[in-house]
Amino acid sequence: MSSDHRHPPLLHADRSVRATRVLAIRQLLIDKGVVTAAEVDDVVARSRARTPADGAKVVARAWTDDAFRGRLLADARAAAREQGYRLSHDADLVVVENTAEVHHLIVCTLCSCYPTSLLGQPPDWYKSFAYRQRAVIEPRAVLREFGLELPAAMHLRVVDSTADVRYLVLPRRPPGTEGMSQDDLAGLVTRDSMIGVAEAHRPEGGRCACRGTS
Amino acid sequence: MTVRADEVAHHHRTPWFVKGKSGVVRRVHGAFPNPESRAHGGSGMPKRRLCQVEFRQSDIWGPKYRGRADDVLLADIFEQWLEPVPRG
Repeated sequence: MSSDHRHPPLLHADRSVRATRVLAIRQLLIDKGVVTAAEVDDVVARSRARTPADGAKVVARAWTDDAFRGRLLADARAAAREQGYRLSHDADLVVVENTAEVHHLIVCTLCSCYPTSLLGQPPDWYKSFAYRQRAVIEPRAVLREFGLELPAAMHLRVVDSTADVRYLVLPRRPPGTEGMSQDDLAGLVTRDSMIGVAEAHRPEGGRCACRGTS
Repeated sequence: MTVRADEVAHHHRTPWFVKGKSGVVRRVHGAFPNPESRAHGGSGMPKRRLCQVEFRQSDIWGPKYRGRADDVLLADIFEQWLEPVPRG
């Protein structure tokens, strides 16, 4: 490293050990020419630009457009691109559909793989050891803690995104939503319903029961 | 197919709880760079096929699993970890 090479200070009283380590690795990758600072900033900006509202739009279209729903289930990457969402990394995307008979729950037991291209950053609980272990060992108990009591007759499929494929749940369209616009429907689709730990909201008194997704 | 039960020291994407377990390949996602090479400075080439394998939860956890007998777990397993189910 040349002597005139200046870094922003890595050590900072308010910075955690982990954050310091991340910044140090980032700086090393830049110094070694593996990535540029602009590339890192670009990835972070694109990742932060996505929120569950993006996934919700895709779900709402699938609820109202059967042909799109078919394309989404057959080739989610192409269907997402149709909606203007480009998957930003190598990972592929698969959408799994919840029905009256089958419920899907998504987990990444090995780390925290998540469909960030459509949902943004995962919630902290998704990355916790507790969720990553319990979602496979006792998924029905986990769902109960999220407030979702699966009927005994419901077939449960836990999807562990162990490698290069990210999964998104297409939740069931709630009853009482006939005639609602795609925009209003999207307001019923929560982040949690696209992970499979909840169902989409039901409309309340004809108005959408939109709640925050954080 | 049965998942190889090997304990390996290098990085791999096969969860411990499906090692030695048998399941059914439900789809082949396509070929991806091999993470077992890529994680250790390799090129990831040749690409290996990634298969979605369906396991019965009761086969993984035995009687400890509390749920329906037909509840399943789907995991994406690289082809080099899969072997035909032994006959007999």
